Amino acid sequence: MPSAEDIKQRIEAALPDASAQVEGADGVHFQAVVTSPAFAGKTRVAQHRMVMDVFAGELGGSIHAMALTTKTPS
Amino acid sequence: MSENQLRDAISEAITDNEIILFMKGTPEQPACGFSARTVGVMQALDVSFASVDILPDPRIRQELSALSQWPTIPQLFVRGELVGGCDIVMEMYESGELAGLVGAEAAAPAAPEAPDAPVGQDGLLQPENRLA
Repeated sequence: MPSAEDIKQRIEAALPDASAQVEGADGVHFQAVVTSPAFAGKTRVAQHRMVMDVFAGELGGSIHAMALTTKTPS
Repeated sequence: MSENQLRDAISEAITDNEIILFMKGTPEQPACGFSARTVGVMQALDVSFASVDILPDPRIRQELSALSQWPTIPQLFVRGELVGGCDIVMEMYESGELAGLVGAEAAAPAAPEAPDAPVGQDGLLQPENRLA
């Protein structure tokens, strides 16, 4: 089962200049706050999809749920 | 109705209604906390919206998600575009973006209890307002 740290590293490796804060101790439910300049100019839905795509096939399966907040660096 | 007809009907509903919410239950009787919160936000903004209950036929959700490429319910569409689910709608409500998007009068984000919600004869607010 992935740890919050695993999830954080995968998000940061996949998205340009992203920083992620991830919580979730049970290995299947996570909460992530992701900041990346790559989100600029995109709708929230598009931003969320960019993060969800990192875990395509795992969400709803081995990862039950991820509550997501996306931000662009201020 | 075949899956294809169903998908066309969903697509048409999204095109034909400026604001449409696909939810579990109805605005009067939401069947899920996420749907209830989303309805509460729309009511707080005092905008009218169409709604579709996805529960009566599991294929509605299946075809909707295939169409929108979004896995969860509720799903709010404005002018044909997916705005998001409960979390995104709440976040955009609190930032004031949602009011701009749906053309609502700037409602005070701190008052999702919808102060001007209709008060029933028995003096009770609608359930979705209490949950909001």
